[in-house]
Amino acid sequence: MAHAIAFYTLAAFILGFAILVVTTKDTVHSVLFLVLDFLFVAALYVMLNAPFLAVIQVLVYAGGIVVLYLFVVMLVNLKRPPEAHSDPHRMTKFGFGLAGAVLIELGAIVVSGYMKAPAVTSPAQNLPVSGNTEQVGWLLYTNYLIPFEIASMLLLVAMIGAIVLAKREL
Amino acid sequence: MIDTFIIPTLKILIVLNATLVGVSYMTLLERKVIAWAQSRLGPMRVGPQGVLQPIADAVKLILKEDITPSKADKWVFTAAPVISMVPALIVYAVIPFGPVVRLFGRDVSLYITDVNVGLLYIVSVASVGVYGIILAGYASNSKFPLLASLRASAQLISYEVAVTLTLVSVILMSGSLSMVSIVNAQYNAHVWFGFVQPVAFVIFVIGSLAETNRAPFDLPEAEQELTGGFHTEYSGMRFALFFLAEYANMIVVSSVATTLFFGGWLRPFPNVAALHFLDVIPSWTWFLIKSFVFLYLFIWIRATLPRYRYDQLMRLGWKVLIPVAILNLVVTGIVKVMLL
Repeated sequence: MAHAIAFYTLAAFILGFAILVVTTKDTVHSVLFLVLDFLFVAALYVMLNAPFLAVIQVLVYAGGIVVLYLFVVMLVNLKRPPEAHSDPHRMTKFGFGLAGAVLIELGAIVVSGYMKAPAVTSPAQNLPVSGNTEQVGWLLYTNYLIPFEIASMLLLVAMIGAIVLAKREL
Repeated sequence: MIDTFIIPTLKILIVLNATLVGVSYMTLLERKVIAWAQSRLGPMRVGPQGVLQPIADAVKLILKEDITPSKADKWVFTAAPVISMVPALIVYAVIPFGPVVRLFGRDVSLYITDVNVGLLYIVSVASVGVYGIILAGYASNSKFPLLASLRASAQLISYEVAVTLTLVSVILMSGSLSMVSIVNAQYNAHVWFGFVQPVAFVIFVIGSLAETNRAPFDLPEAEQELTGGFHTEYSGMRFALFFLAEYANMIVVSSVATTLFFGGWLRPFPNVAALHFLDVIPSWTWFLIKSFVFLYLFIWIRATLPRYRYDQLMRLGWKVLIPVAILNLVVTGIVKVMLL
C-alpha cells in the first residue's frame, strides 16, 4: 500500500513537471523543471531497488547533460514569445501522428503486461555477484556486451562529429 | 522505533548542527590563518582572541537588508542560494565519521547511512550543486555575475572529470563504492590508499581545490576582475548562504579525502598491535583530526599561491590532470590484474 502511494505520488510529480517543461514560456525555467523531473525519476529508481541507476541518473542527466542545455539556453537568449517563430515547415499533423503512434504502442505494452502473468525472474537473480552496481556491471559486460559497445561507438561518432563541425579547418 | 527513527533523526540533527558550527568557525580559522601568514592579528575584538567573531558576523548578515535587483529573475534568484546550500549539506549522509560503536548498551553506527553507491552519491550530489552558481549568475541579470557563472560552470565540469577518474582508481583498490567498505578495505590492505595512490591523491587535491572555487582556482569569485563574482548582486543572508555552501563543500572534500586516501576513522598503523594504546582516543577524533589537516592545507594554499589565469586553468585541467588521471587508472588496473 505504502509502495503504491509512493509510486503514484512520484508519478504525479514526474508528469506534472514534464507538463511544466513543455508549457513554461521562459526557457530557463523550462530547463529547471526538466532537472526536477530527472530528480524525481531518480527517486523512482530508488524505489525500484536500483540505487546505481538512480545515482547515475542524477550524475549524468541532472548534473551533466542539463548543465550543458542550460548553458546553451542561457546564452542564446530565447526571450521571444513562442508565437513569434511559427515555422512554415512545421509538420504539426505528422507530429501528432507520431505522438499518437507512440501512445498506442505504450498502451499496447501496458495492456499486454496485464494480460500476461508477471515475469517473476529478473535477469539479476541468478548472477555470480551481489550488489546492484556489480550486477549492472556484470550484465553489461556479459549478456549485453554488444549493445553496450554499439552505444559507446555511437557516442564516439557523435563526439567526432561535434569536433568536425566545430573545427572545419583542423 | 528507537533504532529506525529516533537514532537516525538524532544523528542527522547532530551532524547538521556540527556542520553549521564548523562552517561558521571555518570562516574565523581562515581569517586567522591568512592573517598570521601576512603578519597580522586577524579578528581580535569580539570575544577573547576574536573567538565570537562568527556569531557577530551571523547577526550582522541576518539583520542586513535583503535586496533583489528589479530586473532579476525573482524565483531563480531566490532558489539559487538554496540550490547551492542543500547539496553541500545532504552529502554528509554518507560520510562515515566512525565505525559501529557501543553507546549506552546499543550498537550505534557513527554514520547516518551506508549506501552501496556512497561514493557515486557524493559525486552526483556535487554535480547538482553546480546549478547554484550558474543560476545565481544568470538570475542576477548583470554582466559580471554572468561571466563568473560561465567561468564557474566550465571550471567545475572540467575538473569534475579528473576528480571522478581518480575516484575510480580508489574504487579499483577497494572493490566497493560504499564509504564504510572503502575504509575497511584500507584496514585489510594494511595501508592507507594515499600511499599506494599518490598520483590520484595529488590530482584529487588539486581538483577539489578547483571544484570548491578555492585559491589558486578562485576565478568565479575573482574580486579584482569581476567585482565579486557570481554573488555580486546578493546581499544579507542569501550572500552568506553562498559562503556557507563553499565552506561546507570544503569540509565535504576534506572528509572525502580523509576517507578515501587517509583511512577515515582508523588510527595511524591500525594493524600494529604495539600502538594499541592509541585506541584510547575515539575513532571519530582521528577522523576530525585528519579532516582538519586538509582544511588547514586549503587555507594555507590560499595564503600562499597567486591565482591562475583562465587559459592556464583550462590547460592544466584538460591537458595535464585528465591525461595523468587516465594513465594512473590504466596503471592501477594493470597492476591490480597482475597481482591477483
